[in-house]
Amino acid sequence: MKAVVTVTGTDRKGIIAQVSAFLSEKNINILDISQTIMRDRFAMIMVVDASECTEDLASLASSAAEMGKDIGMSVRVQHEDIFQAMHRV
Amino acid sequence: MFNSTEVIETIDMIEKEHLDIRTVTMGISLLPCVRESAEQTAQAVYERVVRSAERLVPTVGQLSREYGIPIVNKRVSVTPVSLVTAAFPEQSPLVARALDRAADALGIDFLGGYSALVHKATADYEQKFLATIPEALAVTQKLCASVNVGSSRSGINMDAVRQMGGIVKQTAESTQGGMGCARLVAFCNAVEDNPFMAGAFHGVGEADRVINVGVSGPGVVQHALSFAPEADLTEAAEIIKRTAFKITRAGQLVAKEAARRLGVPFGVVDLSLAPTPARGDSVAHILEELGLEVVGGHGTTAALAMLNDAVKKGGVMASSRVGGLSGAFIPVSEDIGMIEAAERGAVTIDKLEAMTCVCSVGLDMIALPGDTPASTISAILADEAAIGMVNNKTTAVRVIPAPGKKVGDTVDFGGLLGRAPVMPVHCGSAEKFISRGGILPAPIHSFKN
Repeated sequence: MKAVVTVTGTDRKGIIAQVSAFLSEKNINILDISQTIMRDRFAMIMVVDASECTEDLASLASSAAEMGKDIGMSVRVQHEDIFQAMHRV
Repeated sequence: MFNSTEVIETIDMIEKEHLDIRTVTMGISLLPCVRESAEQTAQAVYERVVRSAERLVPTVGQLSREYGIPIVNKRVSVTPVSLVTAAFPEQSPLVARALDRAADALGIDFLGGYSALVHKATADYEQKFLATIPEALAVTQKLCASVNVGSSRSGINMDAVRQMGGIVKQTAESTQGGMGCARLVAFCNAVEDNPFMAGAFHGVGEADRVINVGVSGPGVVQHALSFAPEADLTEAAEIIKRTAFKITRAGQLVAKEAARRLGVPFGVVDLSLAPTPARGDSVAHILEELGLEVVGGHGTTAALAMLNDAVKKGGVMASSRVGGLSGAFIPVSEDIGMIEAAERGAVTIDKLEAMTCVCSVGLDMIALPGDTPASTISAILADEAAIGMVNNKTTAVRVIPAPGKKVGDTVDFGGLLGRAPVMPVHCGSAEKFISRGGILPAPIHSFKN
């Protein structure tokens, strides 16, 4: 099962390293990663494979949000289907 | 894969523009619950509702977290209770209490279906059932009641219209601040698969259980339009369609997945723009974004007609089955733009009535002076039902004659129900017209067979 991880906030050093370490701890594989400055803010978008994740997606989303607070960023994990539904016919 | 713009667009819609799934509503048939006595029936109703929907709230919560999209309400609709209690209609409040207890046990927001369908005539048992509505609403917190008083096929049951005026007044008087009236709606052309309250009930033509979903997102539409201030109305309609498509796709996804996980058939997605009192979540502000200085002014009906049509056209391709009320809602108290326009006197009950000719429902969440006569409320309902009957659309009336309040006062309903300034009604009496009763005949164009 694929999920989309979105990290937004003010740009600084080490964000990718911290988020990657978190995902690795949860046994999640990063499939695609892109980073950009969108509408004046840092935005990193990862597509990940969460099928071997140590927890279910709902609780992963909560722990990712918590981790985001610790590093001063907004971190979301969402099932890829919500983006498929809204942006692909 | 997705590009950054798409991902950020979805996240902005959710976090900044109030995109949410307004409701996941499970319809449950109560027909297997009819027993010999009212007590036994009430018990069977409680057990069936609790058993059928026990996983609704946790499943929807899980979906919301997985997709990262708020799902605001979890609701249940049931078979019109008047059919279940036909053998002992006076004791229907026993079933009302059982349903309210079930709603509490399930942790849902509202439960709809304390209803009667009397559009052609009021049967004896329905007459007695209708009389119990004020009591049923007074002894419950989450139960919603609805009455269908007319249809394009059958005409308008003016005896029921007359009775409803009194029921609305009694409900206002028997509930704190008249709040019970927020859970009572009268329809013309009621639909059997509406997921929205207060008018949701589970029609007898429906499956045993069903999942219906209502989407929302006026803030998303307004935001999309704000990027095209110079667009002509053809282009504006296209922008609304594209936005409605995306919103509805999210609703379709949640509906299908909720149905699959609950093992219940997927019913419909209701393509609605449902506002809340939060700023940035207003249908009125979409109309103002289109170029009106204030909602309620001249041009409002035309703008709303375009909005309503574009929402349907955009949404219909995004869902495998659409239904319910589908369109833009214009409740006064639940829409910050509408509240502010009403406070300025810019939107009146007459303009709202005109707007209901082109949008999805009717006169909704309007506070009236507490001394409004029952016959005037009946007449408001008759007008609205006539619009629905002649135009082959659903119309509804949910008004609150707030006890002790007069024009200039404000009624605060709290939470998502918002607040409403008390609106003036016309003072000319309709007493004699309403007291005539009978059936207001269906229009000639209703004979389509």
